[in-house]
Amino acid sequence: MSAKIFYAAAAMGRKVQGRALAASDGFSARYDLDRIRGVFSRPEHKLVGESYNGRILVLDAAKGGVATAWMLYEMTARGIVPAALVLNRANPIMVQGAALADFTMISGFDVDITKAIANGAEVEVDPTAARPFIRVL
Amino acid sequence: MRLSGEEKAIHAGEFGPLRQWAIGHQIKVGDYLGAEDFVAVGQAHIMADTESLGAAGVEWLERWAALPRDQRLVRIPTITDPRGTDFAYAARLKQLPWMLDLERRTIAALEALGVLMTDTCINYQTIMPPVRGEHMAYGDTGVVIYSNSVCGARSNFEGGPSALSAGLTGRTPRYGYHLDAHRQATFVVEVSDTPRDLSEWGALGGIVGRLAGDYWQVPALVGIEEVPGADALKHFGAAAASFGSVALFHIVGVTPEAMRIEDVVPAGQTLKTHEVGAADLHALQAHYMKDIGTVDVVVFSAPQLSLIELQMLAGMLDGRRATIPLFAVTSPQVKPDADRLGLTARIEQAGGIVLSGMCFYQSYAREMAEANGWKRLATNSAKLVNILGGYGYRPALLSMEQCVTAACAGGKLR
Repeated sequence: MSAKIFYAAAAMGRKVQGRALAASDGFSARYDLDRIRGVFSRPEHKLVGESYNGRILVLDAAKGGVATAWMLYEMTARGIVPAALVLNRANPIMVQGAALADFTMISGFDVDITKAIANGAEVEVDPTAARPFIRVL
Repeated sequence: MRLSGEEKAIHAGEFGPLRQWAIGHQIKVGDYLGAEDFVAVGQAHIMADTESLGAAGVEWLERWAALPRDQRLVRIPTITDPRGTDFAYAARLKQLPWMLDLERRTIAALEALGVLMTDTCINYQTIMPPVRGEHMAYGDTGVVIYSNSVCGARSNFEGGPSALSAGLTGRTPRYGYHLDAHRQATFVVEVSDTPRDLSEWGALGGIVGRLAGDYWQVPALVGIEEVPGADALKHFGAAAASFGSVALFHIVGVTPEAMRIEDVVPAGQTLKTHEVGAADLHALQAHYMKDIGTVDVVVFSAPQLSLIELQMLAGMLDGRRATIPLFAVTSPQVKPDADRLGLTARIEQAGGIVLSGMCFYQSYAREMAEANGWKRLATNSAKLVNILGGYGYRPALLSMEQCVTAACAGGKLR
C-alpha cells in the first residue's frame, strides 16, 4: 500500500511528526485561540474547544491580523504550541511568525489539504526535503 | 533572493548583529513568498502590543535594545501601532501591574531602537498619508489595506518582527502588493445598496472579506453610488482585512487604481461576480445580535476614532447619560485636539471615557472582561465583533447611535 503524500509549494522549519488537527477553516492566533489554555476558543471556529498543543494543524488559509507574527514566538517560548502549521494558502504574517519562531510551516498543494488529511491522522511534515511534503503514516 | 552589495554586507554582519538578524529574517520570508529582490521602503509601522509579544517577546526586544547605539537604531521613520493600555485609565480598566510593567519595558526597548511611539492604527489619517506608488512596510492590517487601496501605496502585511526588520534595513522583500501583477482584481462585488453608516460599511467589509477568503484575493466593488468618506473606507477596509485577510480592494470610480473597471480587470478575463445588498448587511448584523438582549459595555475602537467620529459621538451623547461603561478609543494625535475642542469633556460629562493610544482588543481584552464582568459588548466596529468572540465576548454590531442609546438605557438593546 502506498503512503499518502502531498507536496507543498513552500516550506520552512524542521521535520516533525505528530497527530493532525484538521478542519476546513482558517487560522489566526489572536482571533481563534485561547493561548493560555492552548485551545481553539472562537465560537464559530470548527475546532472550538480542541487542544492544539503538539498537534499538526491542517487548515485552509491564514486569517485575521498581524499578531500571529509575534504570537508564534511567544507560544513557542511557553511550550504550548502546535507542532507545525499546514495551510492551503499562507499569508505573509504566518510566514513572518514562523520565521521568527523557527516554526515548521508548509503551504500550497495541488489538492485541498484539509480534505486530504483526516483529523487525527498520524502524519509527518518535512520542510527540509527537496520537495517539501506532508505524509500520512 | 538577489542581494545588492550592501545587502550582502548586512547579511555578513558588517552592520552589527541586529541588522544581520533583520535581513536574515527578511530573506527567509522573501524566499518563502517568492521575492526576487528587495525594495526600499519609506516608513515602517510596528505592531508590538504586549499581549502579542508576551514576556518572551519583550525580552527579545530588550536584548537588541542593549546593543551599542550605532548598531541598534532604525534607518527610516519607524512608528508604532496602538499599545496595550492607556496608562491614565489602566486602573479603571482593571489592568494589572504586570501588564503595565511589560508595556513600559516594551516602550523603553522600542525607544532605544529609535522607534517613534505614535501608538496609532490611523496613521494614514493623522501622521502622514502615503503617496500613490510609495513602498511601505506597514504593520497593521487596517493601515495596509487603507494605504494600498485608498492611497495607492504599496505594502504587504508586515508583522512586528518584519516591520522592525524593515526599519533596520530600510527595505523589504519585493513580493505581493509591491508588484503590479498582484494588484489586479480577482473577483467583483456588485453592491446594490450603498451602506448608510460606519457599521454598515464595516458589515460590507466583513462580507467582502469572507467572499475573498485569503490574502491573495483582490475585490473590485461596483455600484457604490456616492464617494465614501475616509472613516467609511477605514471601517470597510479594516473589516475586510479582519474577516478575510484582504490587503487591497478597489472601488470602481473611487479608489485611484480603478477609475474604470478595465483598469483592474485583466483584459479578456471575466471574473466571478457576487451580489451584495442590504439584506446581506442586515444578516451579518443579525448574526451577531442573536440572543443578546442587554450589553455590559459599549466600545468604539478598532480602528481608533478620528476627530470627526469623536465629534459625532459627542453630539449623540449631549444631554444624555451613559449608565454602563462606554469607551471611545482614539490616537495620541487626535486626543489633544479632542481635549482642546471640548469633545472629550462632552463625552465624559455624559459618562463616557476617551482612551488614547491603545486599541480595545490589543489591551488584554480577555483579562479585562473577567476583571470587569464584561461579557456582552456593543460596538459599531465590524472588525471588533469579528475578533472579540475568541476572547470570550458576545459582541453585537450596531450603529453608533444604537450603541449610544443602549449605553444610556442600562445596556438594553431595542
